[in-house]
Amino acid sequence: MSMTFSDIVRTAIFALRGNWMRSALTSLGVIIGIAAVIVMVSVGQGTQQEIDKLVSGLGSQRLDISPGAGRGPGGARQSASSFYTLTVGDAESIRDEIPEVQYVAGSLRGNTQAVFAENNLSTSWQGVQPDYFVINGWTLADGDGFDPQDYTGAGKVVILGETVRRTLFGEDSGIGQTVRLGRVPFTVAGTLAPKGQGGFGQDQDDVVMVPLETARRRLMGAMGMPAGAVMQIALTVTDARNLDYVQGEVESLLRQRHRIGPGDEDDFRVRNISEIVATRTATTNLMSKLLGAVATICLVIGGIGIMNIMLVSVTERIKEIGLRLAVGAGPTDVRRQFLAEAMLISLIGGVIGIAIGVVGALLVGQVSDLPVALNGRVVGLAAAFSIATGLFFGYYPARKASQLDPIEALRQ
Amino acid sequence: MTALPSAAVPVPVIDIRGLRKVYAAGTQAEVIALDGVDLRVEAGEFLAIMGPSGSGKSTLMNLIGCLDTPTAGSYRCDGMDVALLDAEALARLRRDKIGFVFQGFHLLPRMSALENVAMPLGYARVPPAEREQRARQALASVGLADRGGHRPSELSGGQQQRVAIARALINAPPILLADEPTGALDSRTGEEILALFKRLREDGHTVILITHDAEVAAHADRIVVMRDGLLHEEGGP
Repeated sequence: MSMTFSDIVRTAIFALRGNWMRSALTSLGVIIGIAAVIVMVSVGQGTQQEIDKLVSGLGSQRLDISPGAGRGPGGARQSASSFYTLTVGDAESIRDEIPEVQYVAGSLRGNTQAVFAENNLSTSWQGVQPDYFVINGWTLADGDGFDPQDYTGAGKVVILGETVRRTLFGEDSGIGQTVRLGRVPFTVAGTLAPKGQGGFGQDQDDVVMVPLETARRRLMGAMGMPAGAVMQIALTVTDARNLDYVQGEVESLLRQRHRIGPGDEDDFRVRNISEIVATRTATTNLMSKLLGAVATICLVIGGIGIMNIMLVSVTERIKEIGLRLAVGAGPTDVRRQFLAEAMLISLIGGVIGIAIGVVGALLVGQVSDLPVALNGRVVGLAAAFSIATGLFFGYYPARKASQLDPIEALRQ
Repeated sequence: MTALPSAAVPVPVIDIRGLRKVYAAGTQAEVIALDGVDLRVEAGEFLAIMGPSGSGKSTLMNLIGCLDTPTAGSYRCDGMDVALLDAEALARLRRDKIGFVFQGFHLLPRMSALENVAMPLGYARVPPAEREQRARQALASVGLADRGGHRPSELSGGQQQRVAIARALINAPPILLADEPTGALDSRTGEEILALFKRLREDGHTVILITHDAEVAAHADRIVVMRDGLLHEEGGP
């Protein structure tokens, strides 16, 4: 027979109200700690969801081949010319010799100034082969796109991304108009349907497309490029289950074509989307660890603050404890009362921390390119953390209070 | 079980035999506070325990109040052998058997008189609605029916001690244990409090008064005196 739960809670609230300013300041550490927990967990969950989406979606059918950042003999970094180890020939031979491959496209890329009348902007260009559009999920919003002759004959035609079109033409589609990329005039053959912000936060629509050969001749400038070089080859497979197999086939085909002997290092790199995601995850993991450290430190400091204030409270209220023991409170009652006060402080801190954390997580989602997922699990976890903090750090002062000798306590 | 023995021989509320309390036993600082005390108090008595400071008076009070356990000897509090109880059981015994009244009142400053009086009921799991009603009755019985909403700081010393007495009575304990209840009051107010104790005795309460003041002790039916750890009966009625 000891105090009922509601009596314990009521008594704890009453005690905290007597010193509410002190209670509020004490819970500050928990507030920050729990807010950090919320942001950390929601970013972690958001990343996981994004990865799941990427891996389960079209992305899992795609491979990206880029020139290898390989090292030459003796470990020295190879000269700039080794940046162009991939060629159009590689792309064609992949298409011809690996039947599981659905689409292949080599591409070049660079930056330029796009000008129409008095409007201009700096943007990036992609020199592409025909499959590039379908591999990357681009569709035309307007215009007919490139003719086969444009690809073979290096036609001076361009397809504008939505951002570029809007900057140059405003409301107008711009089809058939002539824009300059650098000093070269191009005819607008189409516009791209907008994709919006990419997973990395960049504006995907700030781009223009030209045929690969056009890019090589008109936009690359006079650089020492090997004939037919491309900067990237992207491909998709017909069946996602074949991805690993095709990756192996591509690697051996390219090693053969590039005459790389057994034991020598590749001069190219084949990556599937999960490897790209892994880089991404590493960034998020770093941030999660950082926030986790902040959360841990804050909760420990907050907890020690609670312990400290509870010890002060026990000393201050030694007469009250003595009286309560005299009128029939058992050691268990006293321990529960002080434990309830400690848990209440940290729970209130937890609730405020959750509110701040939710706002913080939404802000992170807005300001940074980190994906954020908020749900009941995040909030529940944070609440559990705050209660656990109060329980852990409140136990020692509560035990100390319950072990007071009533005679000593009454004499104070 | 034809006849209960208690019907013929009433069990004393307090039955103390050969009680010893030794502090720091076996060391140089050893203090024999109680050196074999015998004391029987029947239900409805008004007893005063007198003695100078250092006589063992406070030790005896703590033992009677179940705040402490003896080194040797036995104490039956309303029939219950205290030696067998742990801290939790002692707390329950205090709650049910003892009503404390202190020299310094010991009211909780942030609570109203009514809340102070009702406070012990929480530990007895009395439902909240019943608590208030019982606290009002207890306050009325000490003549403070209209002061329930006042904080202790808004009451005079005598009124505060009445609130404390109402709190001591709230669980209807068989023993009312008052430690220098008039020590912090002027003599006129002290007389009022002592008159209240007498009235409570007449209502059937057992009152034990601990004091160093012979004038205060004179209000009791029976006086015992502690001297050097031993108890002496004084004069007789």
